[in-house]
Amino acid sequence: MYGFRRHSTYRAAAIAGAFTNTVFGILRAYILIALWEARPGLAGYDVADAITFCFLSQAFIGPMQVFGGGLGLAERVRTGDAAVDLVRPASLQFWSMADDLGRALYLFLMRSIPPTLIGAALFGIVVPAGPLTWLLFAASVVAGVLVSFGVRYLVALSACWILDDRGIQSLSLVLCLFFSGMVVPLNIMPGWLGTVANALPWAAMVQVPADVYLGKTDVAHALGFQLGWAAVLIALGALATRAARRKVVIQGG
Amino acid sequence: MVRTYTLLAWTWLRAGAQYPLSMALLTIGTFVVSALDLIAIWIIFEHTGTLGGFTLPEVMFLYGTAMVSFSLADLLFGNVDKLSAHVRAGTFDSMLIRPVSPFVQMAVDRFAVQRLGKLVQAVVVLVIALPQLDVPSSRVWMVPVMVFCGTVIFTAVFTLGGALQFLLTDAPEVANAFTYGGSALTQYPLSVYGTDLVRGVTFVLPLAFVNWQPGLFVLGHEDPFGLPYWLRFAAPLAALLLGAISALAWRAGLRRYRSTGS
Repeated sequence: MYGFRRHSTYRAAAIAGAFTNTVFGILRAYILIALWEARPGLAGYDVADAITFCFLSQAFIGPMQVFGGGLGLAERVRTGDAAVDLVRPASLQFWSMADDLGRALYLFLMRSIPPTLIGAALFGIVVPAGPLTWLLFAASVVAGVLVSFGVRYLVALSACWILDDRGIQSLSLVLCLFFSGMVVPLNIMPGWLGTVANALPWAAMVQVPADVYLGKTDVAHALGFQLGWAAVLIALGALATRAARRKVVIQGG
Repeated sequence: MVRTYTLLAWTWLRAGAQYPLSMALLTIGTFVVSALDLIAIWIIFEHTGTLGGFTLPEVMFLYGTAMVSFSLADLLFGNVDKLSAHVRAGTFDSMLIRPVSPFVQMAVDRFAVQRLGKLVQAVVVLVIALPQLDVPSSRVWMVPVMVFCGTVIFTAVFTLGGALQFLLTDAPEVANAFTYGGSALTQYPLSVYGTDLVRGVTFVLPLAFVNWQPGLFVLGHEDPFGLPYWLRFAAPLAALLLGAISALAWRAGLRRYRSTGS
């Protein structure tokens, strides 16, 4: 809740972000329409599915923090404030996660719903059949945020070892943009590239929740995939936190 | 002004060179991030022979020219879209009292060599695409003209975005929709977009003159929207007009600027 309120002070920034997401959604939608008109039924999508995918992927940018960052933790490691965070009575990882879930909820309301509605008004998007799909979609989005948090937490914590984290941040950005389905839907990637992309954790952030929404995937498998990666990444995060604690003690704070 | 700019850019370059590894990694990172857009184009052409009536080398040509223009503008002046951060931090005030144009100071602030990564990537694409196209020498002269005009147009868009932030200090992201949105728009042939959008970027915000209209001339392509032929040569006019408007907007913004007082 605290995270939600902290981020809700930046309302103008969120509105501006929603505006930008909408503009990009429209531009990308036209490109996907051109592709699907040339190749109807490509990858099991029709044109409407492709448009929906496009606006959903724009909608996920905010909550999933596709462009990286959002935690503020890396900054705190660099300034040394993280030392204070580590002695707090609450676990650094769970405290960050709670903050991040609040942020995601706020950005979902501000930056996900408006672009999707505008996309629906301009191009028309697919609406899921029943309440069950909506529910599963909601679960899938939450699972996606957890995976996204898991990745970003590890990236942020890496600043404890490599003091300048900008290099790894930009590496993480490339991987995330490409393998989440943000650049092109993963299901049109050719051959082995598509297979690899669909198995990596980034798929859980954009491609999988969008497919759950569109009803294009086996839901049990999709949620299992997301939660599996979330569990692995959060476990790794816990290990890294313990290692970081030892590291900070050695450095003397 | 050019001398001051060069001097300041050199200073920032030397500052960046203090961390050579980081600088190299960031440059490579920018190269790879901008290559993602190209990979997207390749993946799309895995599935189709033409997009909006254009072949892969033609799209790569349009992409290459647009991105050379954009990355030049971004390298030299793109930083003006950080204006709101300076206004909020109060550091813009200190720029105003220095005896150098605040526009030059803003443009060169933290001059970052890693933006060269994007430029190099775009040049590579253009160099690969051009020989495949067999452009007759009677039309190839347009390529440097369009790259120059495109750079001016993108610089003007960055400046307008900066000027807008005098008004919208809290919402700098709005400017991104036009600067980075403009770069995304011009990567593809405009024939994939809707008619209204294309009218808008031809007659309101003239992004169509970055690479689309002059590109039609170079490629010897029909205009799918049936606009007059002479528009293909109107890029310098569009660049001049937009440049003048953005300069006026920047001045107007500067005049109405009141410090945050902090």
